[in-house]
Amino acid sequence: MKIIKIDKEDWNIGLKKIADDYRLIGPAKDQEFYLFKPLGPREAPEMGFSNTRLSAKEIIYPQSQAMFNYTLDPNREDHHLLKDAEADDTLTAVIGIRPCDAAAFIQVKRNFDTPEYQDPYWLKAYEKTVLVGLACDQPGPACFCTTAGGGPYDEDALDVLLVDDDSHYMAKAISKKGETLLEKAGWTEAMDTDTAMQTVKKRRKAAENRISSTIATDNLSDADTMVLYDAPFWEDVAFACINCGTCTFLCPTCWCFDIQDETHGMEGRRIRNWDSCMFPLFTLHGSGHNPRGTKVHRVRQRFMHKLKYYVDKYEAGIQCVGCGRCVTQCPVNIDIRKVCELMNNAGGQSVTCAA
Amino acid sequence: MIGYIDKIKQISKQILKDCQVEVVMGFRRGTVPMMNEPCFAKTEDDVDQFVWDGNCGINLANYLTGRREKIGIVAKGCDTRNIVTHIIENKIDRDQLYIIGVPCKGMIDRRRTNTLCEGIREVTDRGDTVKIVGTDVEKELAKSDLLQKNCATCAHPNPVIYDELVADLVDQPADTERWADVKKIEAMSSEDKWGYFDDLLKECVRCYACRNACPLCYCPTCFVDESTPQWVGKSQDPIDVRTFHFLRAYHCAGRCTDCGACERACPVGINMRVFTRKLEKDCYDQYGWEAGLTLDVRPPLDTYRADDPEAFIK
Repeated sequence: MKIIKIDKEDWNIGLKKIADDYRLIGPAKDQEFYLFKPLGPREAPEMGFSNTRLSAKEIIYPQSQAMFNYTLDPNREDHHLLKDAEADDTLTAVIGIRPCDAAAFIQVKRNFDTPEYQDPYWLKAYEKTVLVGLACDQPGPACFCTTAGGGPYDEDALDVLLVDDDSHYMAKAISKKGETLLEKAGWTEAMDTDTAMQTVKKRRKAAENRISSTIATDNLSDADTMVLYDAPFWEDVAFACINCGTCTFLCPTCWCFDIQDETHGMEGRRIRNWDSCMFPLFTLHGSGHNPRGTKVHRVRQRFMHKLKYYVDKYEAGIQCVGCGRCVTQCPVNIDIRKVCELMNNAGGQSVTCAA
Repeated sequence: MIGYIDKIKQISKQILKDCQVEVVMGFRRGTVPMMNEPCFAKTEDDVDQFVWDGNCGINLANYLTGRREKIGIVAKGCDTRNIVTHIIENKIDRDQLYIIGVPCKGMIDRRRTNTLCEGIREVTDRGDTVKIVGTDVEKELAKSDLLQKNCATCAHPNPVIYDELVADLVDQPADTERWADVKKIEAMSSEDKWGYFDDLLKECVRCYACRNACPLCYCPTCFVDESTPQWVGKSQDPIDVRTFHFLRAYHCAGRCTDCGACERACPVGINMRVFTRKLEKDCYDQYGWEAGLTLDVRPPLDTYRADDPEAFIK
């Protein structure tokens, strides 16, 4: 596999070259933290970040997305008909996405791209997006990607992997899409593969060693679902939870949405918005009955989905990439690492909660 | 304040042992820096997990709403003011509570502190200073520089209602420029205010952490969650985002104690306190009112008096 050397002095020149072909999105500092933002003509992505506060999921799966437009005006021929909303099919390049956020797209794709059903909005956006990943040399204290099926240099979900080697980036095209982007940017200077791979290996090892946080998931698949469901620790786990949507909205792998029709005057649109299993409204029936009527129900659902139902349904590990956002941003310190430990140790028999 | 914990544990164990309460609500050590976690101790052994320091910023009054059992609660100044509000609003009975009052020296601003160095692993409250351990760096800074903004101007650090205190009352702070932040916004032109509020709310993801962290927000169904009829749109339309924030703030008028729970909870760093602060100041200026200081007077916006000077109300 070819490794390309991109001198940092040529970095902006290359980005400028591809700016006509791709909508460029990259990390930008917003007061206290980094967010993914569209990059203006003279803006360069700020690559010195640990990770962005919100994940990259919104780039492919916006928080609010129009699906259809309609008119209620009886004088119009097409009144009361749903018409496809105009889809933005601009080719998009996400510069500096972390391997964890990219891996999340693979996990989410299992849900949005099944033999029975393919979500046209998500898939179209995914196909139109090139993920230019930045290997993670400064994982945070709450990052646990290496035990969540990934790693700071994981390239599987990327189109290009960039490794920051001080004065230059080393770029490895992982897919055809990635190869095309590198060519268009004029980044073609091949490095000696063996030497380059050795550097990558060394840096990868160092990054992996910086990850101090781990989870164990080995018993989840064999655990009895009902034993986990009825485990005695849920009340303790849920006590502090305030049922806000921080964990689910910040999570790169949470995919649930709600569909709404919004009409202004005679014109309207059908949109889908992120939803959260933490909200009581999420499961409220038209009858007024709520099958997940208490916060203990809702907290248990979130963890059971990520750490048991998903594991059983897709047989591809947990629905979590270990980015640590829910851990660091939860307003009341509900910690998936701790809950995972409780679930993994439940082992078919009842356990009591250790603090 | 870091010396309070022994007394907190002692009182908590005693009231559990004497069956004066069925549970005690306090804090246990969190898994990430500056985030001690609310904890529900049912036994004396559970109490051993309790901690107390400047990382207990969550308002525990939020966990009292509608509970039926007898509860011990560890409460700092603002928490007790919210307990008073809860009692006035019939969300909990005074007789149900054993309030363990904590004279408060202020809580550490976790958001600002997190920006001080990369990869913060440990933040220790050492009384007058705060020790911060990050990746390849260690700092010790004055705690007064790291306080949450609401703590820095707090006028009521001492519990206003309690069954027992864990320590002597702290000195009442000198009259600080308490409303400087509000005055700054009041002085802006309409255009500047508009721009300021636009900018303030632009990152809101409507996770409702601010609402749910707030002890005042206990409506069985919040207006933004009503579906028949649905009052507010669910998308990221700025009008809907603002509607949520403005109405939430107004619903807290005359009730907000400026405990800072909303701002502390926000994952995207929005200081939505600017709205409740303005209403707090208005209540102070117009009615001489501060929320949650007494059980004997109802808040100004939920009382009616026949001798009200305003003509519109007659």
